[in-house]
Amino acid sequence: MLSKESIEKIDYELTKYPADKRQAAVMSALRIVQTERGWLSKESMTEVAEYLRIPEIAVMEVATFYNMYDLEPVGKYKISICTNISCMLRDSDAIVTHLQNKLGVGFNEVTPDGKFCLKEGECMGACGGAPLLIVNNHTMHEFLTVDKVDAILEELK
Amino acid sequence: MLHIEIDGKPLEVEHGSTIIDAADKVGIAIPRFCYHKKLSVAANCRMCLVQVEKFNKPLPACATPVADGMKIFTRSKAAVEAQKSVMEFLLINHPLDCPICDQGGECDLQDIAVAYGASGSRYAEEKRVVLNKNIGPLISTDMTRCIQCTRCVRFLKEVGGMQELGLVGRGEHAEITAYVDKSVNSELSGNIIDLCPVGALTNKPFRYSARSWELTRRPSIAPHDGLGSHIEVHVKDNKVMRVLPREKESINECWLSDRDRYSYVGLNSPDRLKVPMIKHNGTWVETDWKTALEFAAGQIKDITNQHGADSLGVLASPNSTMEEGYLIKQLANGLGCGNVDYRLRQTDFRLDGKRVGIPWMGCNIQEIEELDRILIIGSNLRNEHPLLAQRFRKAVANGAELSVVSPLDNDPLMKVAHKVIVRPNDMVNVLGQILKAMSGLQRLSLCLPPSLNALLETITVRPNTQAMAESLAGLAGPDGLVDLVAPKVGLFIGNMALSDPRFTEMYSMMEAIGGICGAKGGILPAAANSTGMHFMGVMPNATGMHARAMLEVPRKAYLLLNVEPELDCQHAALAKAAMAQAECVVALTAYKSEALENADVLLPIAPFTETSGTFMSMEGRVQSFSAVTKPLAECRPAWKVLRVLANTLGLDGFDFDSSEAVKNAIFKGEKPSTVVWRNLNNNLKELVEIEVNIKSDGLQRIGEVPQYESDPIVRRSVPLQKTKYNIRPMARMRAEQMAQLDLVEGDIVLATQDKGSAVLQVKLDNHVAMGCIRIAASHEQTIGLGDLMGDITIEKTSKELYKPYETTMLKVVA
Repeated sequence: MLSKESIEKIDYELTKYPADKRQAAVMSALRIVQTERGWLSKESMTEVAEYLRIPEIAVMEVATFYNMYDLEPVGKYKISICTNISCMLRDSDAIVTHLQNKLGVGFNEVTPDGKFCLKEGECMGACGGAPLLIVNNHTMHEFLTVDKVDAILEELK
Repeated sequence: MLHIEIDGKPLEVEHGSTIIDAADKVGIAIPRFCYHKKLSVAANCRMCLVQVEKFNKPLPACATPVADGMKIFTRSKAAVEAQKSVMEFLLINHPLDCPICDQGGECDLQDIAVAYGASGSRYAEEKRVVLNKNIGPLISTDMTRCIQCTRCVRFLKEVGGMQELGLVGRGEHAEITAYVDKSVNSELSGNIIDLCPVGALTNKPFRYSARSWELTRRPSIAPHDGLGSHIEVHVKDNKVMRVLPREKESINECWLSDRDRYSYVGLNSPDRLKVPMIKHNGTWVETDWKTALEFAAGQIKDITNQHGADSLGVLASPNSTMEEGYLIKQLANGLGCGNVDYRLRQTDFRLDGKRVGIPWMGCNIQEIEELDRILIIGSNLRNEHPLLAQRFRKAVANGAELSVVSPLDNDPLMKVAHKVIVRPNDMVNVLGQILKAMSGLQRLSLCLPPSLNALLETITVRPNTQAMAESLAGLAGPDGLVDLVAPKVGLFIGNMALSDPRFTEMYSMMEAIGGICGAKGGILPAAANSTGMHFMGVMPNATGMHARAMLEVPRKAYLLLNVEPELDCQHAALAKAAMAQAECVVALTAYKSEALENADVLLPIAPFTETSGTFMSMEGRVQSFSAVTKPLAECRPAWKVLRVLANTLGLDGFDFDSSEAVKNAIFKGEKPSTVVWRNLNNNLKELVEIEVNIKSDGLQRIGEVPQYESDPIVRRSVPLQKTKYNIRPMARMRAEQMAQLDLVEGDIVLATQDKGSAVLQVKLDNHVAMGCIRIAASHEQTIGLGDLMGDITIEKTSKELYKPYETTMLKVVA
């Protein structure tokens, strides 16, 4: 069951579209549910589909298309680090290596304590701040250096 | 009109058409995978790239609207280069398994690769592999072959009405799948096999059984519902291997329902009766035609001589051809017997003799799309007319408002503007309310019979029926912006209403409503030749008995044409009892099974693929077909059997040497369409006096015939029986009803109707109206029950009495 808070938020999103175009709110609904539950299980997708009265497969199409939706459980903090061209030119590889060594996990893996998960992010459209990473899809950190990454991790612990 | 030029050919096209439309019109071939004229444009395969003057990159022909003065080149250097590159990309991940692929030989990718591709591949890396999905018993998948054209996704969403497949993932990881472990349950699902341009989706029952070039393609007509779909039967070694649609825009477009596509499996069933059989002292003995016919004729003669001609009852299936129907009627009349009927699932015959002409659907199939307001009475559309439902879906997509009056609330997969879901008995009252509201809206003084007028006085119009009437009158609803001045209205009455004891009332009401709003429409008859049978009058004469009476007042002898009495008749228990007590039952049948255990002579007749004949569709179209294979073993076309039987009986006027000769006799040499158009008429001579306020508070059975149980051939199609659609008969009711009866899901109940009962499991089904129990008919488990639509009682019983049903197939007689 979707929580009351989630339903309220989804209902608000629905007000942005015509009443018979409930499908339009699918991305917002998935985001809201993911924020609440950490990730999107099959059951969560089914619930979103039922609430929006659209076929389940239509929800799955959207959820599998965008990599910011997590279809597997992620740690408490999901760190997505951009490895696209601009960040790569600003030596994101060093940041990646540092993070992997420090956390002891590779991409798409969760630390044994369930706290951190490392993801390879795609361009976030903020190349001016390269190299960069984003925590839990919401908090972005720019102009990364090894020291800065350590500080961020320290803060999250 | 716009003036354009394709490959140097000047051409005039309409505003808004695309390059591919224009090219198709003049026969210039542009390769394509994702584009399909009946589906939305996706432009994702890029195969149709063409060069257009003044554009410095190739454009997709399917998604580019033409502009005046456009110069298009489909075979220029740039176009060919683009096509070649796209082809190379498409083949990167496509496996080279054509020799073991069912699509080989009829594959768009194969053909286009030969025409537009390179002779070898430059790609040496590993190809991607996609796991196969199990999407049901009708379609097999080889998803590695998929090129992600998304035709299947778009078909199920746009034509099927329900998106059951989707493209998940992105880029190289994109794949077509159903949600988690779901199957594709659409009743039109087989069409995605035809749409698939590669071998990713292939026909499961046909799989690995033949190559396309070994098959002989022969045209025929679909033998199940009244649509009269054009089909192409593919034959190898005198065996039907598969059935495909033949394109006919005005009937089936390029689609086919799964029932029409997969029923052929039933033709090759082990149940097929191969030689004539006679029952001697309770055991079946195989015999030759001469002996069997003489025995049958002798029995019929003896009984009619001894007890009079009306001791014979003749029941013919409405799936029989016109020729067969005509001959069996002539045969009965020749014997002086008026007891002939094709309306096996009807119980209300009060309209007999009151009709002006032949009842039909009241408009052409294509016209449905143009309707503005539609009312459907007593029909589970997708179950009864799977492909016709698609036309209604189009109408609704075009903005038509659909209203439904029915005891079942099954989703028609289109927007229903107004619906009233009530017990069949109350449907009459609901129609009365619509009529009253309607007459108020139109301010017309009506010429209605006194009882109807008086009745309208007593009826109170409720808001939902008022809304329905306003919709039919063309007034703007809550979403509508303006009133329609002269809306095109269609009223249709379906199979559940046709089987109802109060059909007369419903029909008369519909006629009155139609009269007020100037509506088209009529009945949607169940079977391939219902309209044709009515046209030829395969019905009792003034003194004869109708189908129901023949069973209620049992006859001494029965002649059955293509009928399995307990499964094909309205009242299964009554049919069984009547056959059991008869002295002689002569059955012309393609199958031997327990359903005919009470017969005395079985004469093997040829099903539609092995005989020539004619069906008249629900729109009155007379369509003849020829045999596509030779009859199996000793089977013979039924028209020949009836002719010889009549000759053996010593009757005159049966010297037909071909089915065409019979057809000529039916139409008396005139052009069939002329005769038919003269006779089709849904009007009643006068509105009948009707009873409206019959109160019945007991439970009512809704005994719809599941679409894959509707006639002997479909019943034996194993793949169709395996689909999720083929639900075992259960006592289905809504939650409130369950609470009222103090039942829970899974309980075992004894369902009792007059003369019979059945032990069933309770199942929750909130689509059923309150006061109704939905128990599917035409099934071994419910042949103990009575009327399809009628009173029923339900009581809880012990679990031991319930016998789980083992096989869905009819058992073969040893």
